[in-house]
Amino acid sequence: MLKEEIPDKMEQKQLKKIDIIFGWDEKCTPIQVVEKTIKKTPESIILDMIDSGLKGRGGAGFPTGLKWKFARNEESDMKYVICNADEGEPGTFKDREILDKVSEKVFAGMAICGYVIGAREGYIYIRGEYNFMLTTLQKKIDIFNQQLQDLKVDFHVFLRSGSGAYVCGEESALFESMEGKRGEPRNKPPYPTVAGYNNKPTVINNVETLVYTSEICRMGPEQFKALGTNNSRGSKVFSVSGDTPIAGIYELELGMSLKAFVDDFGDGDTKSVQVGGASGYCVPRKKFNETIIGFEGIPTGGSMMIFNSSRSMYNVLHDYLEFFTEESCGQCTPCRIGCQQLLKGIEAVKKGERPPSYLDDLKKLTATMKIAAKCGLGQSVANPFTSIVDNFREEIIY
Amino acid sequence: MTNTEVLIHELVEKHGRTRNALMPVLQGVVTREKFLSEEAMIAIAHELDLSAADVYGTASFYTFLDIKPRGKNIIRVCKTISCHMQGKDAIIKAIEEHLMVKIGETSPNKKFTLLTANCLGWCHKGPVMLINDDVFPSITPEKAIEIIEEFAKKTN
Repeated sequence: MLKEEIPDKMEQKQLKKIDIIFGWDEKCTPIQVVEKTIKKTPESIILDMIDSGLKGRGGAGFPTGLKWKFARNEESDMKYVICNADEGEPGTFKDREILDKVSEKVFAGMAICGYVIGAREGYIYIRGEYNFMLTTLQKKIDIFNQQLQDLKVDFHVFLRSGSGAYVCGEESALFESMEGKRGEPRNKPPYPTVAGYNNKPTVINNVETLVYTSEICRMGPEQFKALGTNNSRGSKVFSVSGDTPIAGIYELELGMSLKAFVDDFGDGDTKSVQVGGASGYCVPRKKFNETIIGFEGIPTGGSMMIFNSSRSMYNVLHDYLEFFTEESCGQCTPCRIGCQQLLKGIEAVKKGERPPSYLDDLKKLTATMKIAAKCGLGQSVANPFTSIVDNFREEIIY
Repeated sequence: MTNTEVLIHELVEKHGRTRNALMPVLQGVVTREKFLSEEAMIAIAHELDLSAADVYGTASFYTFLDIKPRGKNIIRVCKTISCHMQGKDAIIKAIEEHLMVKIGETSPNKKFTLLTANCLGWCHKGPVMLINDDVFPSITPEKAIEIIEEFAKKTN
């Protein structure tokens, strides 16, 4: 028992392609998974989820089983399940593919979650940039809702769309948006499992997480647990873009080294990889070997952007900072002013209006933002900023 | 009642007379009219029993809920890093020259407004643009103009 609890820090996996998310089991379709699963008690489903080691696939990595357990333990007349499909992180495009190819698995995960926590309503909040999917998705939802009714399951899936605000991917901003307000993140606590949508207990899970929950119910936690490392169980869908001959969506076992990833996906001239999108970390070539993709190394919502030696890291950082400056909701000062000053700051250093040492002052500013910003957007700007400035300082200055 | 008021009334009937219906109602108006006029926002406020300032506050937060007059078709070219690396600048330049507008402007015949957008989620198939709700991945400057011309033919 004790031995199992000691995380194996050196555990590292080879790159292995997996086919759980997009696979289709004719003998056990998503609605049949729901039918089979609701014969179990909610408690035993929660135990399966905890046992599987599944952590949220949106980026933050909160243990899914615990989230469901917290929401189940709340007393309330109304509870909600929300599927976060507000995929907006630059370099991420997996959730659209999942909703396009295997949306029934997402609905099944929502219905199972509803059964576990005692919710009768589920909402999919999909970003406005994917409006072209709405009609098809609604048709699939209607069919699924009918199937649930035939099974006498008291759960209904609804569809909502966003209107082009990155910050609404932050869970509490998403609730605000659904409530018809500006998408400004709330203070936490209270957490969504206590007071989420309409201030009622809410489980909000990423699209991919919900698919894994239904897949764990289909195949049992053992098969899922056998994949990945002690800290990062299972597999994950990666969105690969940038300087690669094979850009696209790949499901890979967690725990591989970045070196193994670049060997397979790079173009032979890879200078750095941005792991986790604009809000993630830039890893330079010299650190590929020691960097593990997973919760023990660098966790990611799936975005893997590859840059080769023809790319200017100044331009990359400039792009990210422009992105954050525009997408900051403006509610808290550290993020609103901080993003603007970082952008102006690197421009000034580039033009020689400020000395190179000014970059260190800007790093202090990102450290302040990490502590003082209200939500993940402002807090995470430090990640790309420091990782790019530390590793490619010359490119930023000259 | 004006056309806009009729539309808003229908949307409210469909989505409900609560604050939670505000986003779907605003989105419904934008789908039809491309932007939210002062008249529309006041009418929505009346229907949902909110202050007009509240409606404006919500509307002005969201990039896709325009509060400025727009053309009949809205072009949004993705400008984020992957599309940048794959040549979004050439796409924007070609469209600007073809429509004789700058980013943010509407063509004189009011058929098109050209805007840029942050990551549209097609990083593996850039450059990409949206025209209204339709998505066009892996475009070239020539292809972009062809697509815009097709929209121009369909637009009165």
